[in-house]
Amino acid sequence: MSPQLDKDFLLEAQRRMVRIRLFDERASKMVKRGQIPGTVHTSIGQEAQVVGACMALGDQDYMTGNHRSHGHPIGKGSPLSPLMAELVGKATGVCKGRGGSLHLADFSVGSLGESGIVGSSIPIATGAALSSKVLNNGKVALAFFGDGAANQGNLYESMNLAGVWKLPVIFLCENNLYALSTPAHTVTSGVIASRAAGFDIPGVRVEDGQDFLHVFNAVKTAVDRARSGEGPSLIEVITYRFNEHSEGLRLGVDYRDQEEKAKWLAKDPIVLFRDYLIKEGIANAGELDELYAAVEAEVEEAFEFSQSSPFPDASDPYLNLYTEPFEVFA
Amino acid sequence: MKSVMSYLGAIGAAQREAMDADDRVIIIGEDVEANVYGTTGAGKARAAEGDFLQRYGKNRIRNTPISEEVIVGAAAGAAMTGLRPIVDLSYSSFTYLAMDQFVNQIAKNRFMFGGQASIPVVFRSAMFYGLNTGAHHSDRPYPMYMNVPGLKIITPASPSDAKGLLRSAIDCDDPVLIFEACPLWPMKEEVEEEEYWIPLGVGRTLREGSDITIVAISGAVPEAVAAADELAKEGISAEVFDPRTLVPMDVEGIMKSVAKTGRLVVADPAHQTCSAAAEISALVAEHAWDSLKAPIKRVTTPDTQIPFSPALEKHLYPNRLTIAAAARSILKVPQPI
Repeated sequence: MSPQLDKDFLLEAQRRMVRIRLFDERASKMVKRGQIPGTVHTSIGQEAQVVGACMALGDQDYMTGNHRSHGHPIGKGSPLSPLMAELVGKATGVCKGRGGSLHLADFSVGSLGESGIVGSSIPIATGAALSSKVLNNGKVALAFFGDGAANQGNLYESMNLAGVWKLPVIFLCENNLYALSTPAHTVTSGVIASRAAGFDIPGVRVEDGQDFLHVFNAVKTAVDRARSGEGPSLIEVITYRFNEHSEGLRLGVDYRDQEEKAKWLAKDPIVLFRDYLIKEGIANAGELDELYAAVEAEVEEAFEFSQSSPFPDASDPYLNLYTEPFEVFA
Repeated sequence: MKSVMSYLGAIGAAQREAMDADDRVIIIGEDVEANVYGTTGAGKARAAEGDFLQRYGKNRIRNTPISEEVIVGAAAGAAMTGLRPIVDLSYSSFTYLAMDQFVNQIAKNRFMFGGQASIPVVFRSAMFYGLNTGAHHSDRPYPMYMNVPGLKIITPASPSDAKGLLRSAIDCDDPVLIFEACPLWPMKEEVEEEEYWIPLGVGRTLREGSDITIVAISGAVPEAVAAADELAKEGISAEVFDPRTLVPMDVEGIMKSVAKTGRLVVADPAHQTCSAAAEISALVAEHAWDSLKAPIKRVTTPDTQIPFSPALEKHLYPNRLTIAAAARSILKVPQPI
């Protein structure tokens, strides 16, 4: 265990995983009750992989997300209320109601935004790393993307550019085995992590993405490497989403068999890490129950905030389209 | 003090000014280190002393792989985190390879993140039309991007406009696409050597006139001026107006001219459908109907692909003859035989 991993740090990891779990469970309920328009994609089941990566970054570091991305800003330390208000489309939302579930961004914690277009934010993270390199400010960028996005061409353009310019960027593939209903292995030739070899950069496969420490250690190695000027890494983390692709989605076929589901549901990252903390004598059950209850209260508060906040003023459809607005002849 | 500059030399001068003024300005693109297109060497001979690579170093002048999607997206990500990149995309048709980044990231990120992002980045590309480069290199694609809110678009038609507009674009906190017309590259004129900025959204009247307004875009501007000179010999007083910026558009400047003349020709090298000319015509029809004494005419490129053969290509774009003919037709005066 590295010196960074003291009790406070490990409890913070558990706290962030629980924040993601309870935030997304509440969001799922809100979709079913019609309190969130449209749908959301939850990170339930993938918390260790999200928080393990986020906590390997420093507060000042950058991160981009994808469509399944409530967990990313939470993992980086965002307050919950503005995120919840954004899911509901309120003026107090982190994006003032202009983004919604698919476009959360919280620049105050280095979250440069989710992308509803699969893979589309990978070049943005690469560019954030370019600015770190040119400005020599020591910041690292991390791009989260799924197994589906791993087959987008822009990933390989980004890995090549980052490799040749030695940019401080981590390409973090969250392989939850399915692109919606399509099993990754049926559309992916070879192993995703192995593709790094073609760019002469490290490619690491974390087989147990349900284990916070495994993910954290792999990403931390890549972050340290990037920060010391040695360039990018590709990390593929194997994980599983416990819910459907999106909340409320009902498909006629069950593309994931019961045995597989049961196997993964038994590997709940929050339960596993709780057991670890108790077994190692780092925390006792009472402390962890308290932590859980505190997060429950925080989520309740975020929900209340999202309900009591006003909707945005509809009178200016052009707000924040440009930094310097101009008159539009409509 | 003024000196004679070419269109490309003026672009190089604006880039050099901006690189000198602000360390956050960098230039990335294919072949920028070797000054292949003549804009990263201040208009001097290739590889001569004064090349940007020698002046600013490899940290700020960066050759890229041929990977438009990441070039464009990375420039945006860099702009969101403290740099002010200038991206040289060389040919305008190469922008299509990065369409997702332009449309889904660059145009939307500030808006959909509630103003958290600003994206100060300039994308330069050149329209190689009229040069027998064939269908893949001859596009004039600015109207496609006019349909994407969040982008600003400039189309300078002279060296002095190129220098002042590009400088404003680089200093602007919003993403700007500049479409440079290759037929204008050899154009030379006296240009102010000191720094100056032409505000985005302000057009320029090149000829004053009272009978008809010719609004001209990009490479059609000098052709419109030539048409106006020809019409003057026939006793027709044509006003020539160049909006210079397509987003934001100087609609008031256009309205003012149409209010004076009551007649409008729009000359635009883009394809006719949904062209800049289409938008300008619609705006005038909606907002200046009472001023109009005759129907509007567009002189554009027909909605077909650009053929290679010199015998086929040159007739397609608006030129002084087709622009003057449109003006005469509106004024119901006979065409010269």
